[in-house]
Amino acid sequence: MPSDSILRLVWIYPDLLSTYGDQGNVLVLEQRAQRRGIPVETYHVRSADPVPEGGDIYLIGGGEDRPQILAAERLRRDGGLHRAVARGACLLAVCAGYQIMGTTFGGEEGQPVDGLGLFDISSGRGTARAVGELVGEADSGLGIPTLTGFENHMGVTRLGPGVRPLATTTVGTGNGNGTEGCHVGKMIGTYLHGPALARNPGLADLLLTWAVGFQLPPLDDTWFEQLRQERLGAVLSR
Amino acid sequence: MTQLPLRAQLASALGRTAATLSRATGRGDGSVIGGRVGLALEPDLLRKLAQDRKLALVSATNGKTTTTRLITSALQDLGEVATNAFGANMPAGHVSALSSAKHAPYGVLEVDEKYLPEVIDTTGAGVIVLMNLSRDQMDRAGEIWLLAQKWRRALAGRQVHVIANADDPLVTWGASTAAGVTWVSAGQPWKEDSWCCPECGGPLDRKGMEYTPPGSAAPGPVPAAAHGAVVSRAAENDWACRECAFRRPQPTWFLDDDAVIDPHGQRWVLDIELPGRANRANAVMALATAAAFGLPVQQALPRLREVTSVAGRYTVVQRDGRHARLLLAKNPAGWLEAFDVLDRSLPVILSVNAQGPDGRDTSWLWDVDYRVLRGGPVFVTGERRLDLALRLDIAGVPFQLVNSFEEALAAQPPGKVDVIANYTAFQQIRSEFGRAV
Ligand SMILES: [Zn+2]
Repeated sequence: MPSDSILRLVWIYPDLLSTYGDQGNVLVLEQRAQRRGIPVETYHVRSADPVPEGGDIYLIGGGEDRPQILAAERLRRDGGLHRAVARGACLLAVCAGYQIMGTTFGGEEGQPVDGLGLFDISSGRGTARAVGELVGEADSGLGIPTLTGFENHMGVTRLGPGVRPLATTTVGTGNGNGTEGCHVGKMIGTYLHGPALARNPGLADLLLTWAVGFQLPPLDDTWFEQLRQERLGAVLSR
Repeated sequence: MTQLPLRAQLASALGRTAATLSRATGRGDGSVIGGRVGLALEPDLLRKLAQDRKLALVSATNGKTTTTRLITSALQDLGEVATNAFGANMPAGHVSALSSAKHAPYGVLEVDEKYLPEVIDTTGAGVIVLMNLSRDQMDRAGEIWLLAQKWRRALAGRQVHVIANADDPLVTWGASTAAGVTWVSAGQPWKEDSWCCPECGGPLDRKGMEYTPPGSAAPGPVPAAAHGAVVSRAAENDWACRECAFRRPQPTWFLDDDAVIDPHGQRWVLDIELPGRANRANAVMALATAAAFGLPVQQALPRLREVTSVAGRYTVVQRDGRHARLLLAKNPAGWLEAFDVLDRSLPVILSVNAQGPDGRDTSWLWDVDYRVLRGGPVFVTGERRLDLALRLDIAGVPFQLVNSFEEALAAQPPGKVDVIANYTAFQQIRSEFGRAV
């Protein structure tokens, strides 16, 4: 947390990578910080603009093949996200945004495209589209409850030794090998697309805790919990 | 009209029998099942049924059912018009529509965006109407840049007359390979899917679309005395890529608040029955299409005004003194259009499902800006009401959660209430409260 005590959220390329309600993650973080009295400033960084280095939490969302490749090219050229992460900033990378954080990912025809190399992962195109609810038990070291969300992607992601899986899948495809997403340091990648934090306030609070550097008081999570229970119930009872 | 070959005639007749049966047994309006039976018997049936007719195909993410209806209404003056009035917009529905009006020399078909290339190819339609493209049911519909790319390929080198909305960059890109295009400035309130150039990925520079209050124009044609105002208004919708040559083509038709400006510069107050900005945009597209069939505005516009409700949209259903007006909103752009129509002095009931036809993913709820609902009573229902409840809570919109539409209605004081529902939620309300059209 910077000395002036304002939490800075940076939403990267909403003009290129924002297809599935990615705004939800920004809104959930804003609200959960503000309800704890933490002032928040949010920056929307268009793809033509440089990525500021002084943010606390960076968010990047999902998108189609062409925008994904464009976003990777621009972020590599820009370098701002690399510098922010080197400084210790937090990152939530979702779906297409998750894939481009790796060393390579699959392009429009499945060709390998260079990623940003921030995660020790590489992704390719699978044979079938993974569409549907996803449930996973989070890595025990993270101390957060069962993950729930929706996935819609064709990616298959291999995790290298430099990252840990975010979760073990019980329903859904995730990385394609029984795990879902990854984490390393203060960075999280996930195939739970769009408003992943709306279904997983624990994940939101994990990012906020990393960013502010102290334990946060609990909130009244009635609506979050009702939605979680309803979704988990609907999926696990099938 | 040429005679259909015997096999196609038989397939078409059987299709109609199935449709009649489906209607008689109360399983819907029959337009899809009839077409499926026909298609199974004669895969080439659609091609044969389309032959020798003057056809217009209408495609978009939003407004295709309504625009199809408006164009159909206008073309009635020319002769009988075959149309898929109930929104069965895939080839089975087209077969059904054309075989139930066998001798109609004209046809206006609503076409699902994904099926458009195939249906252009099969029917050889001469007029294609393209209005808007935005995120919609992404768990099954797929990617819209890809969709626009497929439109480009389907239209390239084909002798068709395209009527396209130049204010939507993705539609413009999708339409611009066609040999002949009439560009219409129909506006684009929802811009979240077109901040980047579809041609090169660079940033699109756009003028804002600040709301300007409607002018006080007299009804009927008036000379374009305020021509300067038209130009500046059109410029508000202008866009251009910062990094390549792709830019908005010059439109010849304009939606100007509550009026249309035709290619002669004449301004006609629309004064249609259907409410809201989106329907005025649909009307302008319909008038430009009618003109492509040789119908002048003064002849087509009165026909557009006769349309009051389209497949249940804007219908008022009643129970125990509560009058509920139904608005359909299937995706974020559609919700923006519905908010524009809402009577803000009334309570509003929101109902959201996530069945197959809706898309099973509710992520899109987070793309809708619900803050406009602050300050009035809001009731939340539908199978995915908890998704919407959390969304509204985060948006700071007070609401009341109810278990069913019936309960929501009973919670109202007698009088009017507005309802916004997505596809299956809308259909559930219609089937419970009668299928008034
Ligand atoms: Zn460009």
